[in-house]
Amino acid sequence: MTAADTTAGQMAGKLHKPRMSRLARREELVGFLMAAPWLLGLLWLYLGPFGAALSLSLTDYDILTAPKWVGLENFDTMLTDDPLFWKSLSVTTIYSVVSVPLLIVFGLWLAILLNADIKGLAWFRTVYYLPAVLSGVAVAFLWIWVFSADWGVLNFLLSLMKIEGPNWLTSEDWALSALIIMSLWGVGGGLVIYLAGLQGIPTELYEAAEIDGAGRFRSFYNITLPMVSPVILFQLILGIIGALQVFTQGYVMTQGGPNNATLFYNLYLYRNAFRFLHMGYASALAWALFLYILLLTLVVLRSSSVWVFYSGEIKGRAR
Amino acid sequence: MTTRTSAVHPGARQRSMAPIVSRYVEKALIYCALLAGAAVLMIPLWWMLSTSVKHPKEVFAFPPTLLPEQFMWNNYTDLFIKAPFHIYIFNTTYLVIMDLIGTLFTASMVGYAFARLRWRGRDIFFVITLATMMLPATVLLIPRFIIFNEIGWTNSFKPLWVPAFFGYAFFIFLMRQFYATIPHELDSAARIDGASEFGVWWRILAPLTKPALAACGIFTFNATWNDVLGPLIYLTSESKSTLALGLMQFRGPHRTDWHYLMAASVVAMLPVLIIFFFAQKYFIQGVTITGIKG
Repeated sequence: MTAADTTAGQMAGKLHKPRMSRLARREELVGFLMAAPWLLGLLWLYLGPFGAALSLSLTDYDILTAPKWVGLENFDTMLTDDPLFWKSLSVTTIYSVVSVPLLIVFGLWLAILLNADIKGLAWFRTVYYLPAVLSGVAVAFLWIWVFSADWGVLNFLLSLMKIEGPNWLTSEDWALSALIIMSLWGVGGGLVIYLAGLQGIPTELYEAAEIDGAGRFRSFYNITLPMVSPVILFQLILGIIGALQVFTQGYVMTQGGPNNATLFYNLYLYRNAFRFLHMGYASALAWALFLYILLLTLVVLRSSSVWVFYSGEIKGRAR
Repeated sequence: MTTRTSAVHPGARQRSMAPIVSRYVEKALIYCALLAGAAVLMIPLWWMLSTSVKHPKEVFAFPPTLLPEQFMWNNYTDLFIKAPFHIYIFNTTYLVIMDLIGTLFTASMVGYAFARLRWRGRDIFFVITLATMMLPATVLLIPRFIIFNEIGWTNSFKPLWVPAFFGYAFFIFLMRQFYATIPHELDSAARIDGASEFGVWWRILAPLTKPALAACGIFTFNATWNDVLGPLIYLTSESKSTLALGLMQFRGPHRTDWHYLMAASVVAMLPVLIIFFFAQKYFIQGVTITGIKG
């Protein structure tokens, strides 16, 4: 290590300065230069816009004329005088609170099934994972057609079971449920992650539990679940952040309707910003979403001390 | 069900016939559940594929036909007559290529700097990098639009690919994690041979990170290929439409030609599907390196 550094230093020349500091300085310069694109990007594409969004949220701005300072008026309007803000917030919250836990439960359940020494594991994993890599407008179209009330395959399958399916996407009661069902199509994304987690659990733990007479249910509850709980926590947080920002489904499939039943927060924000050119108000909406996500993340993290287990902790009290 | 028996009799580990039989039953049940799940997940795709080659009259048959009575392959060729699909594909491909070059180059270089070099502020910048991954894209949307609008980049492709050259936190993180797993002896040996820091990265270490680069590349491809909001905001003229935008115009306000729409959707999904089948390994690798779906 040191020998190599010295050689590299001699190549660089300037032998009159103290060796280590010169080497360190050279490494510092190179490191900084190599990271420079990202550091610049951080500034003008992330931190700058992040701050700018906050100051914009305190203005009235339509792009065409200069922004007008209005203080906290946007936030005041949002909280007290905008039923659509509350509607979109509740639609989005219901969507994430139902969809994300369902995805975790199904994903984990399937991962456990797949982990049971199954033949054709690779084949199953491919089939389950495939829908998770598809997204965008094409998927939205595919599901409009699946949900079609009169000619869709879903209502056809329901009719085989003597159930009369609803007008999924055009009924105020069913549209949001339909989009939640659609989100479950992506169950394979989490599945792959849980499967990797399950395969990392040492088999000795299960063997020891079996010798102690623990049944399968106990093993699941006392070994599997604690061991994958950090992965679940991570998926829960990322899932919430993602689900609160859904846009394409609402924009392409339902246009937020019927009667705003699928007015996702980002769709409402998009309309304010790019249809009505209420850039200031939309920025306030964006910051409110940021704070909401932050709040939910903190709540989940707080709760995690109760239900998430890090295997490093057990070492102290191992017998 | 079988678990109950052993739970009720702790310590009873005798090898009678009952557990063996019930193990077979259980295995069979697991296979049934997995196959049923797989079938359910494949139905929508099947539905899309079969509709895409149906005759317009057959599309509205109820009960629906599983396989088309008559395969209308010309649904696919008609697409290119009905809309400038080749332009959409060209535009989307252009964006994908630019995004790939930018993302891979920057993520690799910055990931190397974070993983292998010591420089002042590195650790704090890394924490900030991770924090930006938590930042909802929505918050950045409007200020970025205003910036790009100010410098006259709206209705051009630039807002959609220039940011890639400045790097994305997620990919930098992925590359950094991967570099951290490579033994240090390699760089040392290269430095003894007189390679510069830049050379160590570009010639020695970067080629070793191909699996991670493949994962980054696939995620970038998918994200760019399927992006809706970006093109929707920045691209206004028909000649600059991407596939996502072009597809949306395909759906009439009143009457929809579902056979065409499904064929168009298949075309839009095809590259992703092909890449998935050939590079599934890298998908899963990327997912498990970072624990993020990408």
